Amino acid sequence: MNNIFSIKYDLISLSIYFAIVVFGLVNIFSSNYNENLISFLDISFPIGKQVVFVLISIILLFIILFTKSKFLNDNSFIFYFISIILLLGLFIFGIKAGGARSWYDLGFINFQPSEFVKITTSLFLAKYLSIIQTDLSKNRDLFFISLIILIPIFLIAIQPDPGTAIIFLAFLFPIFREGLNIKFLYHLAFIFFILILSLSIGTYFTIVLFLALYISYIVYETRSKRKIKISKFVLTIFLYTSLALSTNYVFENVLEQRHRDRINIVLGKDFDTRGIGYNTNQSKIAIGSGGFAGVGFLKGTQTKGDFVPRQHTDYIFSTIGEEWGFLGSSFIIFLFCYLIVRVIQRAEKQHIHYRRIYCYCFASLLFMHFFINIGMSLGIIPTIGIPLPYVSYGGSSFLSFSIMFFIYLNFDSSRLKES
Amino acid sequence: MIRKSLLIWITIIISIIFIFRLGNLQLSNDFYKSASNNNAIQELAIYPERGLIFDRNGNLLVSNQPMYDLELIPENLSEFDTLELSEILGISKNNLINKIKDAYSYSRKIPSIIRSQITREENALIQEKIWKYNGFYLVKKSTRDYIYPVASNVIGYIGEVNPNELEKDEYYKKGENIGKQGIEKYYEKELRGTKGKKFLQKNRFNKVIGPYNNSSNDIPPVKSKNLTLTIDAELQKYAEGLMENKRGGIVVIEPQTGEILSLVSSPIYSLNMLLGNKRSENYNVLLSDTINKPLFDRSLQAQYSPGSPLKVLNALIGLQENVIDTNTSFTCNGGHYYARNAFMRCHNTPGTISDLKNGIYNSCNTYFARTYKRIIEKYGTSAEGVDSWSNHLKSFGLGDYLGYDLPIGKKGFIPESDYYDGLYGENRWGASTIISNSIGQGEVLTTPIQMANIVSAIANRGFYVQPHFVKKVDNGLINSYERKYTSINKENFDIVIDGMFDVVEKGTARIAKVNNLKIAGKTGTIENFTIINNERKQLTDHSTFIGFAPIDNPQIAISVFIENGYWGSRWAAPIASLIIEKYINGEVNRKWLEQRMLNGSLSEEYEKPYKFEIFEINE
Repeated sequence: MNNIFSIKYDLISLSIYFAIVVFGLVNIFSSNYNENLISFLDISFPIGKQVVFVLISIILLFIILFTKSKFLNDNSFIFYFISIILLLGLFIFGIKAGGARSWYDLGFINFQPSEFVKITTSLFLAKYLSIIQTDLSKNRDLFFISLIILIPIFLIAIQPDPGTAIIFLAFLFPIFREGLNIKFLYHLAFIFFILILSLSIGTYFTIVLFLALYISYIVYETRSKRKIKISKFVLTIFLYTSLALSTNYVFENVLEQRHRDRINIVLGKDFDTRGIGYNTNQSKIAIGSGGFAGVGFLKGTQTKGDFVPRQHTDYIFSTIGEEWGFLGSSFIIFLFCYLIVRVIQRAEKQHIHYRRIYCYCFASLLFMHFFINIGMSLGIIPTIGIPLPYVSYGGSSFLSFSIMFFIYLNFDSSRLKES
Repeated sequence: MIRKSLLIWITIIISIIFIFRLGNLQLSNDFYKSASNNNAIQELAIYPERGLIFDRNGNLLVSNQPMYDLELIPENLSEFDTLELSEILGISKNNLINKIKDAYSYSRKIPSIIRSQITREENALIQEKIWKYNGFYLVKKSTRDYIYPVASNVIGYIGEVNPNELEKDEYYKKGENIGKQGIEKYYEKELRGTKGKKFLQKNRFNKVIGPYNNSSNDIPPVKSKNLTLTIDAELQKYAEGLMENKRGGIVVIEPQTGEILSLVSSPIYSLNMLLGNKRSENYNVLLSDTINKPLFDRSLQAQYSPGSPLKVLNALIGLQENVIDTNTSFTCNGGHYYARNAFMRCHNTPGTISDLKNGIYNSCNTYFARTYKRIIEKYGTSAEGVDSWSNHLKSFGLGDYLGYDLPIGKKGFIPESDYYDGLYGENRWGASTIISNSIGQGEVLTTPIQMANIVSAIANRGFYVQPHFVKKVDNGLINSYERKYTSINKENFDIVIDGMFDVVEKGTARIAKVNNLKIAGKTGTIENFTIINNERKQLTDHSTFIGFAPIDNPQIAISVFIENGYWGSRWAAPIASLIIEKYINGEVNRKWLEQRMLNGSLSEEYEKPYKFEIFEINE
């Protein structure tokens, strides 16, 4: 066994990781602070539990750094399989909290398998994509890849925990990186815009706009060179038109009221500060009250007054915004941005596909959480209840993201060792 | 290589968007900052007890008592029987519903007052039933307690701040009290102190969970100050009694200090009317009484012709201008032709020869018309003469505010040459045109407090001290009032004061004579007019008197004005002399006169013009 200190690690990323973790602890402490809470180590409060998770993660750090990267590669399907079984098991043994059957009750703490599925899916997807035979232009392979992602999405969505399910869209990034035809992304973008537009400006206007754009694109294409298959042309128009037409139907009849409300808030259709927009509005008020330098540690009135719901978990960013102000909030955004970019850049240096794809998956998941969580706290995307990695309170999320990060460290140091 | 760098660029762009958004929320947007403070911090005002008011002898006049406001936080409202609640509160159902609507539109979270000024007794009643009505609760407030209810017009009253006052002074918040009139208004800052602030941390259920920031942001209140008035409450009460059923004003000044001992404006209202739930009702009654005008302070705001008392000033001016001396005599033929076919009548028998003293105590119109003519014609033009005359008058504080410490007043009017030029044209008028000024019936207008100030200046032989109402703020004496010298030399006063002494001794105001007390005075009987059905109609003359005592060491100067009281000696002089006697001797020996004045009423006289029939005046 190598001496651990003789191996090179990405110490900068590790420092960023610990900086974010400590900042997270400070803010969890603050968001639950009251006269009964005086210590960081009080186990009866979230902060005490989180400190325990951090200690566990340090143990995990050493275990994972000593693990051979090949071991993870070889057993990725087994991990994936076990995690899917755990997801299925939820429907029998899981306990319901907050309307979703997402947890196992382990006595002193609840365990949320959907967080760990992110790791196993990353590992397995990396493994599958790295197999030399896999060809993203083949429908058969595309189908299998979709399956790897869609199975956990489906199982999580019917818990129902649509927020976590949406996170799995992050895997589009590594797949695209590995050569997914760009037209899939075009179509995805098209679908996204059609959904947004038909909800905000109306179905018929959206259809007219889409037809105008699409037909002018086709005309441009035919004039320049290629022939367009009529059948494909008609099919595209048909599918998109029916998507636009069905959007409002689905919105009104399939989605639940709370989902409709959340979407409406972001589209700017509703402004009821006491009602449905309350969370987002309180979060914005808390952040806004921070000003440039923040009101100071433990001084946040919004935080203390419990105005922002779930503040130590999903809305932890509002505590940061209030108590640390523009400086603190920008700094944490900068740390995340730097970490993600660094992980991607170092992933690109990997010669072993498996490791590169995994690191990409990790960066993408990190990005999705970062994007959705902070975007929600700032009121620029709908309320989707997911944690901010390393900062929000929650053992499952914290540990699974820590494990993902440690695996990245492992892969990165393996690369350094080999070169 | 878009595939390799896509996620990097997206991450960077999203981060930049986040930071812009943060800047938008945290750096440029005050809305979110103040919304936060409304949300989480409750600001509680701590009011110091309003300052007490004492009279000059240390008697407590105004104190404070608890009162209750019924407040509503609309957010907490649940369904209830509006009829029942309106009956408990003693207001109409519609009124209640409107108030609740107003409260809603003001704020759902911040309390609004539904009914204020609930007395202790009512409070007990409401307290019993309030539990039924969610969102309503009683708040203890403080209001005035009039321990010794006199001098309403001086003390004034407090009331809820109106939107105008809210806009003018940021100190005040909706629902707070402010001095509205009198001393309460003028000394508002001293009496109210400065309210403190207490900040409380609330949670999202709008429940207070403790002090905010360990109370370190709290601001302690600054104690209010107590006032000691110059008013002598006992004298004031006596004077108010004498004015019952009469309209007019009394002003009593201590000449050496300018301290106002009494200020009466009749009809008199009681400050207790402006307390409790009948406040607004009573206030409207007072305000809408356009005949008696109880809120109109006649001693400060009523501008009357000064009448004969102005003769005293004309005498002084004549002496000062050297147009007459102590021996100058004029013959009175029961009047005086001041122009062709223009005759000013005088009550003296024809052929009377008057010197200055006689002229004053007999109030000879002829004497002063001749004197006035000399004053005006002393200089090359009448304009110069009038201007010199009006400057003398102004040196007595006429034609301008006296600068006393009450918020209301009138300037009166002293005409100058410009005024007459405008009226008649330049050089187209002369002494005879404006001869009425000689006997105080011309264009000159004065208020009773100005007249009292004149007496003060005469009593002091040439100076007055700015009249004022407050002697001490807390324990600090107010000594900043300087002597203001008139333009008349000291030596000119003696002869005039002799004349005024004779007025009481053997002249028009013999009824005002008090044994063993040397009183100087001057009566006045003032013609006045009103307009009924677009017709100028003469009413019974006003009765007026100015005086001071004792002559050698003046302690009291007084001016009394009784509307439509006819002769100055009929009402004004006796009332003035009773007040002088009361103040100097401590008690009144002339009980018969006291009774006559206390019981006398002019109500019938005041009703005459409103009966819409032909009436007699000066009966």
